[in-house]
Amino acid sequence: MKSLDVDIAVIGAGSAGLGAAIEAKKQGMDVLILERNDELGGITLQCIHNGFGLKIFKEDLTGPEYIQRFINEAKELKIPYKLDTMVIEITEDKEIYAVNKKEGLLKIKAKAIILSMGCREKTRGAINIPGFRPAGIYTAGQAQRFVNIEGYIPGKTYVILGSGDIGMIMARRLTWLGCEVKAVVEIKSYVSGLIRNQVQCLEDYNIPLILNHTITKIHGKDRVEGITISSVDQNWDQIVGSDEYIECDSILLSVGLVPENELTTKAGAELSNNGGPIVDDNLETIMDGIFACGNVLQVHDLVDNVSEEAKRAGKNAAIYVKERYGKDQIKKDHIKIIPGINVGYVKPDYVNFSNLENLLHFHLRVKEPDRDVIIVIKEVNKIVYQRVRSFVIPSEMIEVRTKFKPEVISPNCRELKIEVLPVSLLEVLDEVG
Amino acid sequence: MDYDVIIIGGGVTGCCIARTLSRYDLKICLLEKEADIASGTTKGNSGVVHAGYAADRKYKKREFCIRGNKLFDQAHKELNFPFKRTGTLVVALEERQIKDLVYIRNYGTEDGVPGLEIIIDKNRIKQMEPQLTDKVIAVLHAPSGGIISPYEFTFALAENANMNGVEFFREHEIIGINKIVAGFEVETKLKKFTSRIVINAAGLYSAEISRMAGVDTFEIYPRRGEYILFDKSSIHLNKVLFPMPTRLSKGILVSPTIHGHVFIGPNADNILDIEDVSTTTRGLKEIISGGLKLVPNLPLNAAIRNFAGLRAVSNTMDFIIEATEMVGFVNVAGILSPGLTAIFAIAEEVVRILVEDLGEELKGKENYNPYRPKPEHLSDFTKMKLNQKIKENPAWGRIICRCETIPEAEIVDSIRRPVGATTIDGVKFRCRAGMGRCQGGFCMPRVMEILSRELNIPYDEVTKRGKGSHYLVNKVLCIELTEDSKESEEVAEK
Repeated sequence: MKSLDVDIAVIGAGSAGLGAAIEAKKQGMDVLILERNDELGGITLQCIHNGFGLKIFKEDLTGPEYIQRFINEAKELKIPYKLDTMVIEITEDKEIYAVNKKEGLLKIKAKAIILSMGCREKTRGAINIPGFRPAGIYTAGQAQRFVNIEGYIPGKTYVILGSGDIGMIMARRLTWLGCEVKAVVEIKSYVSGLIRNQVQCLEDYNIPLILNHTITKIHGKDRVEGITISSVDQNWDQIVGSDEYIECDSILLSVGLVPENELTTKAGAELSNNGGPIVDDNLETIMDGIFACGNVLQVHDLVDNVSEEAKRAGKNAAIYVKERYGKDQIKKDHIKIIPGINVGYVKPDYVNFSNLENLLHFHLRVKEPDRDVIIVIKEVNKIVYQRVRSFVIPSEMIEVRTKFKPEVISPNCRELKIEVLPVSLLEVLDEVG
Repeated sequence: MDYDVIIIGGGVTGCCIARTLSRYDLKICLLEKEADIASGTTKGNSGVVHAGYAADRKYKKREFCIRGNKLFDQAHKELNFPFKRTGTLVVALEERQIKDLVYIRNYGTEDGVPGLEIIIDKNRIKQMEPQLTDKVIAVLHAPSGGIISPYEFTFALAENANMNGVEFFREHEIIGINKIVAGFEVETKLKKFTSRIVINAAGLYSAEISRMAGVDTFEIYPRRGEYILFDKSSIHLNKVLFPMPTRLSKGILVSPTIHGHVFIGPNADNILDIEDVSTTTRGLKEIISGGLKLVPNLPLNAAIRNFAGLRAVSNTMDFIIEATEMVGFVNVAGILSPGLTAIFAIAEEVVRILVEDLGEELKGKENYNPYRPKPEHLSDFTKMKLNQKIKENPAWGRIICRCETIPEAEIVDSIRRPVGATTIDGVKFRCRAGMGRCQGGFCMPRVMEILSRELNIPYDEVTKRGKGSHYLVNKVLCIELTEDSKESEEVAEK
């Protein structure tokens, strides 16, 4: 068995892995990237639509154009990478076992590991759609791969279940190919993806968005022949008698993404309720020297945000190797970050006390859409941060960047709560307070 | 005559009969209408090897089940299919049900079901199965009960039968059976076959096939059962859990699968359409509420698949295994639960019918080999073994299915094996590629590539499960830039 020693091993060469590897290399680290696909770039390669890079490059790029810049930079920096290489195990002492065709089994001993495996799409089973199980049911990303990479069209007439971004983007893509997208069916009362995609991919092409509905039966024994949709009540229960049949030969599922963390849990790191590993503000998991960034940590709306997060992970992993690796780990003094009212999850899960005065990045998603809200961070009942926003929706990730002055947070603070409250409610609280 | 014996139907019944008869000096073929064997009832059932206490004494299926259960150990040694005697529990949730358990145990023990024991010590019950509801009053433990992968079992039977000379013809739907001198002519959509003996193991279609041969003695009704399968990491079970049985069925169970998942189901829904394997909102709700009674901690948010199977229920409510008035035409029908458990006993009975009723003088084949090699799985390898396997064959180092860690080598093996896979589902059921939590989201295009290469068919002709179940309808038209258009573009840029 071939053995290797590296400073930092990066698992996955998508936008997160490449970004992290580039930054770590710039910090003088000996980096190795492990990628299971046969090329660098990850899922961004199949996202041939535009809208990438607005934040980082101030340019409107396609997915492949965006990721090529990172691929080029990684190559210029001569960062070694292994393609077609699948990591099968990470041990708690940071030994990575991977396989590929040429070298067989590899053992890689890393001082630090950056997890950047991305996410996967929820499937039909995960949402338990009744009916037959014919060919013609695809996740939106799978259809995207068939069309944009393999060069094949999966069907002629489509219904898309779920209004996630990839689903809406594929609705437009398939329309361009001469296919008919009969409807996008969404169980919630609002769209699950970005508003810009609702406008640019559905409304501009007159594709109906049917809210408060779901598929209640799939028809067709061999290939999809149609679906029954039904309207649902607030509990997402089917309203009897509301059935409607739509003829189609394909169904695309765009019903959510889940961070892909099988390796993470094998390595001993724990996950939080969003499916991503628990991390502190250094993006370090509860396992010393194992970091996470990109969609494996939290599903992002924009690849630019992934790149930013990746850069921080790369930098922090390098600092770990330089300053903490091989030394006795001092018990970290943590403040727990708790999602409060109308917050689905927040990352990071912990902030190091010693980092309070540095610039901290919090990412969160609301549970329900709301207007005229105030985002607050509270230590018990004392508000230590606040910002007003006119509109929030679960599909749009909220970023909070802040530093805390030493006098703001008490020295024995153990947790901070982050909440998204209606402005009106805050006024009431003020009066009471 | 082309053959001595034609077996109609490639489910577990047909394949087990094929394998059992393959030890004799007979020329045999098996005809299956679908693109793969194990495509009907065999694929959509609970995969439980029953201890045998459940069926009423008036039915022959009881005796066949108890006998069949005992035959599994030897078969397991020979055929290397996934099988484990986990033990099963019948769960009583009320005091008054204990007397029913006593009744089941006494009759079962009398009829030769080994080791039946009623347990009322809650600590012991919880130790056996920590997931079981706290409301449990008593259980009947049957240590000889177990779990099996019904389709992998059927593949093993078919592979071994094929190794011993049985020919398999898939996508051969029967359209007519004609009596000819000293035998039959069986016509499929593609070809005509002749044989001295025809064995009808056509499952849901067995009444129709029997009528084609002029034997109109029974009816088959479909009874649907729906299931939900949960992700491996979400829950673990030790034992198969049954509620108290009713007259109609063994009820909605909660069971581990041989590959470490947990499933709930089936319900029992008498339907009209013999092909209606659709799941329903009502049915899924029914099995969830049934499952929760036994295991309150079901991880309902970790479901990875729902599916339904159809039981082939005969109007006799029992197995029909008999020579018919049409000499040489044998019916093996109405094989519903515990048919899977009884299967070797059923095949023995077919041998008896051939010898005693049809007067066949069965001679053993000289070169009969009862052993079917175990397919190699990466998950069974040590790290050193894996390294060595990749050195021997690099395809072991290319992981195609990420969720179940299935390398290209296993997928290729599932295609090249005797009676190998020709479809995406065929690969999935043989080596589990696409069976995990992403349900083929990532690996399906790659498996299509491998199937296309191995079978030498175009990429877009790869199907899910045969004719009509294609995945792709068209190619994306690429407008290739000609030299002229490139030049004009350059001009435009300037």
